[in-house]
Amino acid sequence: MQKLTNKLKGNKLAQIILLVLYVVVTSLSLYLAQASVTAFLLMLFSLLLLYYTELPVRLKWLIAGVVLIGVIPFVSSTGPGYQSYMEVATVVGIYVAMALGLNIVVGLAGLLDLGFVAFFAIGSYTYGIFATGQAANFMPFGSFPLSGNSFWIFILIGCFAAALFGVLLGIPVLRVKGDYLAIVTLGFGEIIRIVFNNLDKPVNITNGAMGLASVQPPEIFGYQFVYPNQFYYIVLGILLLVILAVRRFEFSKIGRSWKAVRENEIAAQSMGIHLVRTKLLAFAIGASFSGMMGVVFAAKQTFVDPTSFTLLESITILVMVILGGMGSVPGVILGAAVITILNLQVLTEVTNYLNQLSLDGVISFPEALSPAKMQRFIFGAILIVFAIYRPQGLIPAKNPVFDEESLKEGSKKHKKEQIAVEPDKGFQA
Amino acid sequence: MSILTVSNLTKQFGGLVAVNSVDMTVEKGSITAVIGPNGAGKTTFFNLITGVYQPDKGNVQLGSTSLVGLKPHEISRHGIARTFQNIRLFSNITVLENVMVGLHKQLQAGIVGTLFQTKRVREEEKQAQEEAYHWLEYVGLAQHLNEDAQNLSYGAQRRLEIARALATKPKLLLLDEPAAGMNPRETRELTEFIHRMREDLDMTIVLIEHDMKLVMEISEQIFVLDHGEKIAEGKPAEIRNNVKVIEAYLGKSAVTPA
Repeated sequence: MQKLTNKLKGNKLAQIILLVLYVVVTSLSLYLAQASVTAFLLMLFSLLLLYYTELPVRLKWLIAGVVLIGVIPFVSSTGPGYQSYMEVATVVGIYVAMALGLNIVVGLAGLLDLGFVAFFAIGSYTYGIFATGQAANFMPFGSFPLSGNSFWIFILIGCFAAALFGVLLGIPVLRVKGDYLAIVTLGFGEIIRIVFNNLDKPVNITNGAMGLASVQPPEIFGYQFVYPNQFYYIVLGILLLVILAVRRFEFSKIGRSWKAVRENEIAAQSMGIHLVRTKLLAFAIGASFSGMMGVVFAAKQTFVDPTSFTLLESITILVMVILGGMGSVPGVILGAAVITILNLQVLTEVTNYLNQLSLDGVISFPEALSPAKMQRFIFGAILIVFAIYRPQGLIPAKNPVFDEESLKEGSKKHKKEQIAVEPDKGFQA
Repeated sequence: MSILTVSNLTKQFGGLVAVNSVDMTVEKGSITAVIGPNGAGKTTFFNLITGVYQPDKGNVQLGSTSLVGLKPHEISRHGIARTFQNIRLFSNITVLENVMVGLHKQLQAGIVGTLFQTKRVREEEKQAQEEAYHWLEYVGLAQHLNEDAQNLSYGAQRRLEIARALATKPKLLLLDEPAAGMNPRETRELTEFIHRMREDLDMTIVLIEHDMKLVMEISEQIFVLDHGEKIAEGKPAEIRNNVKVIEAYLGKSAVTPA
C-alpha cells in the first residue's frame, strides 16, 4: 500500500486515470444497482479522492462540478431511489453551508456558539411567514402569500436578517468569553425557538407550535421547484458561493484578524484590531450563510415549525465542525457530509437491516437499541474519540504557504523606501 | 521635546495600589528604561499606557493627545506598539501572517472588496506580504516565514514579537523584558539591535528590563519603580549610586551597615 501511494505521488496522469476509473465504476454500479446505498456513498467518496489528487486547483473544481452537476444526478436518476438520493444530497448541502458558517465563528474566530441553529430558524421563518398566508395577520398592506418568484430575493433577505440577528446577539453576548459565551449562546438559541413557538398571540406572527404549512415553492419564469432533484441545484449554487466567500475571507485581512483574536485577544488589540467589530463580523457572516439555507429549507420542506430548530441541531452542526477540523474548510465540508449521511442514510439503513433480521427471526433485536435512536450516543462517542486521537479533525486546518522568492524580490522596494538592512550586522541570535 | 507625558498615574486593584501617582516624561528619540524589583508595578504601568487597563487617576499623553479612556486598538492607531513579558504571539498561524496582523490598520480591504477580490485588494494583500517579509528580514527571521509561530525557538519568538510591533509603524515602542531568558551573547546582540532600531526607524523606545548590564548600557534615562511608586529617575550613573534604589533592590541593611 505504501509503495502504491509512493508511486502515485507525483504521477498526475495515473491519478487522473484512477479517479476517472473510480467515478466510472461507482457510477455504473449506482446506475445498475439503483437501490444500493453503498454505491451512492462510494460515488460521493470520489469527491474526497479528488481532493487528495495533486491536480491543479481549477481542474479539481471543474471535475467536481462535472461530477456534482452532471454525473451524480444523472446516474441516480433512472431508479426508484432517485428522489431520496437527491434529498440526501440536498440536505448535505444545507448542512455543509451551515457548518461552514459555524466554522467562521468557532474555527476561525474561536467563539464557541451553541445556539447556531437560531440563525437557520430566522432564515426559515423569514421566508415561511411571507410565503404563506401568515403575513396577512399583521401586515397592513400587500397580499400574501407572496408568489414563489420572491424566493430568490428572500435568499438575500434571509441572509441579511440572520446577519442582523447575529449582530444583535453579538452586542450583549460578546462581553463574556469562553465557557460563558457558550452558555449564553445556548440560551439565545433556545430563546429564539421558544419565541417562535409562542409568537401566535397577541398577534399571530409565527402560528406557534402549529407551524407554517404549505410554504410557496420557488418559481422562476413559471417553472416551479418542488422535488429534491430541483432543490439540489439551488443548494449547489448557494453552496458554491458560500465556499467561495469563505475561502476569500479566510485568507484576507478579515480572516487574519479573526485568527488573531482567536489566538490572543490582548495581542490582537494591541496590533490595532477592533475586538468587538471583528467578533461581530464573524457572527454576522457565519449567521448569514445559515440564514440563506434556512430560506431554502423552508421552501424545500414547505413546512416550518419550531421543532426543527432544537438544541440537538446546534450540537449536530458543532459536531460537524469539530469532526471535520476546526478552521479547515475542506475538513468541515467532509465533516458535515459524513455526519449528515450517517444520520440520514447509514443509521436508517442499519436500522432497517436489523429490523428485517428481527422479522425474519434470525436474531431478536430490541427496538430500544435501534441505531436510529442512538444518534446522540454516536455523536458523543465520535466527539470523545476525536478529542483523544485526532483533535485536529479529519482534515486539519492548513496555513497558507507563501512563496519566499517572490517576496524577497518585492521586499527590496520597501528597503529602498525605508531602511537598509545589513544582514551580517543583523540581529542574528 | 517630550513624546510621552505621564502625570499622577494611579491604578488600584482592590486594596493594592499597583501604580501610585507616577509622573514620567519621555524625550522623543530617547531610549528609556523602567526598572524595579518584582511586583513593583512596571507591567501594570505599561498596561495603563497601552489601554489594557484604565487608570483610576492621572493622565497619559502622547504628544498632545490624551490616551486616557481609549481602547487598546485606538492607542495602537495613535502610534504605540508593545511586546509582552510573557510572549503573546498568534501561535497557530505562520510567522509571516503574525507580522501581517501588525499591518492590519494600514490595510483598506473591506467586506465587499474581499468578497469580489478586487484588483486593489489583491495588490494591497501582495504588498502587505512583501512588507511583512521585509520586517522578518529586518529581525533575521526571513527563512522561517512559513513556520507556525509556536514552532520558533524562544529567542526567535521574542524577535517575531518585535517584528510584529514594528509593522504597526510605531512612534513609541514599549518592550516588556525583551532580554528575559536570553543568554549573555543574545542579550548583547539585542542591545545592539535596540540601538539600531532607534537609528533606523526614528523611534522612541521605553523598556522594562531586569538585566542591569543591558539597562545601564542602553538607556539614556532610567525610572525606578518600587511598590507602585517612582522612587528615582535619572541617568544610568545617577541611578547606580542612588541610595533609595540600592535599598529597594538589596534591602535597608545594604545601605546602612550594622
